[in-house]
Amino acid sequence: MDVDEVLLPGVGLRYEFVNRQGDRIGVIARRSGRFDLMVYERMDLDTARFVLQLTNEEADTLAELLGAPRIAERFADLTKEVPGLSAGQVEVRAEGPFADRPLRETRARTRTGASIVAIVRGEEVIPSPGPEQVLRPQDVLVVIGTHDGIAAVEQIIRG
Amino acid sequence: MQISGALLLELGMILTALSVLGALARRFALSPIPLYLLMGLALGEGGIAPVPAAGAFVETGAGIGVVLLLLVLGLEFTVSEFTVSMRRHLRSAVLDLVLNAAPGAMAGWLLGLDADGVLALAGVTYISSSGIIARLLGDLGRLGNRETPAVLSVLVLEDFAMAVYLPLLAVIAAGGTWRQALVAVVLALGTVLAAFALSYWWGHHVGRLLLHLRPEGEQLLLRVLGLTLIIAALAEAVHVSAAVGAFLVGLLLTGEAADRAREVLSPLRDLFAAVFFLAIGLSVSPKSLLPVLPAALLLAFVTVLTKLISGWYAARREGAGLRGRLRAGTALIARGEFSIVIIGLAGAHQDRLGALVAAYVLLLAVAGPVVTRLADLRGTTGPPHPIQTTVP
Repeated sequence: MDVDEVLLPGVGLRYEFVNRQGDRIGVIARRSGRFDLMVYERMDLDTARFVLQLTNEEADTLAELLGAPRIAERFADLTKEVPGLSAGQVEVRAEGPFADRPLRETRARTRTGASIVAIVRGEEVIPSPGPEQVLRPQDVLVVIGTHDGIAAVEQIIRG
Repeated sequence: MQISGALLLELGMILTALSVLGALARRFALSPIPLYLLMGLALGEGGIAPVPAAGAFVETGAGIGVVLLLLVLGLEFTVSEFTVSMRRHLRSAVLDLVLNAAPGAMAGWLLGLDADGVLALAGVTYISSSGIIARLLGDLGRLGNRETPAVLSVLVLEDFAMAVYLPLLAVIAAGGTWRQALVAVVLALGTVLAAFALSYWWGHHVGRLLLHLRPEGEQLLLRVLGLTLIIAALAEAVHVSAAVGAFLVGLLLTGEAADRAREVLSPLRDLFAAVFFLAIGLSVSPKSLLPVLPAALLLAFVTVLTKLISGWYAARREGAGLRGRLRAGTALIARGEFSIVIIGLAGAHQDRLGALVAAYVLLLAVAGPVVTRLADLRGTTGPPHPIQTTVP
């Protein structure tokens, strides 16, 4: 699917795409962190009809609802575009040293330079987990970094 | 310490009145700027309710208001937005400059103003109010429209032109010769380009310095404001005008530093900008408005048409249809804060010019939002309910 990106100087960025039903949908990411959602008039593609405005957190929630199953896949796509950067998945095992411990204690980023950008827990996805986030057995950590960095995170988590 | 009860009372009443007026303006999605000006007129000499005790504060506050207006303008700037706008809309910007500065210059010449008066009036009619327009586009739900990038690009390029124009005006207003003015322009352009280069290559260092030790709101506010006022004072000392110095500081900051600075400065900017508009109203006597009204009306009418053409042309380059072009043209009509900044810089000693510009901005700050709403009367594009926006 093609997503058009348009710069709105002083305001932010506008993304547009057409869905299968032929509706043109626009999302404006404002600098302030808010998002505007709009739909274009079928008759007049110049005019966007304002639909709703979301705060940063509301947009996160919506993205989570719509995109949860695809989040790991999207990270993988992203890393394809940046040479030297890859994404990996590391599973937390019950017998590992960090099961039921907060993420902070792994010190993964400090020690490896790689970042844990999401935790997949069954059907649920926790994007950008904070340092206090407690890891559970069977959690899958989505890691972004260099190839070596990811391997190092894997070693830390496995113990 | 002796606290002046009269000062507090007058100031309190002024701010309360401003807030009531501001709320009223917002209710109709209009700019509060003309109301602040009117209030200044009402309070000034010959007005209905003079405020002797608050005068000194308003005067000082107005100076800080200009500095903050331009600092935040500089913070809005990013090199990428500028280059993208330049690539797509250089022609629109040139047309905009020629079409809209010419009527002002011509009017200044016909009115028999001197060189700095002519130059000031050219700037006044040229510069649209990015504050009013950016907010208006958000309020009317037009940010998604095809013509909107064209409108915003024109605004960005106008703001950039201001960075070069203001130092030139400052020198001419100080009584410099054309040769001095030319040197000033070259210097100004050089300084702006240097600020851009600095911001591009070293902006993150300045930002890191500013964000050193992760300052909270208060710390950050004090740092940014302190730095800005010092640079503004230095700029004033070398006759480049404090406002331009503040603009350059704003240009220098990018990324996270700019975002956070904007966040802590915006309320302060809103307060002092309101005081600045009030002060301009105060400095004009209501009696002097009537004689300049015909000239202001005529100038407003002509420059409504010229902005319409510039917006039409810019939107056509984005591939917008007829309605979109009309919306873009009418959106650009509003003049506001920067027309008044110009008069703050140049017109202090020119009473007639001050009155003319005050009348002109009063007309167009109201007419701009109204006319561009009329351009889109199908009633389907507006948001279904009023949105709280904090964009000025």
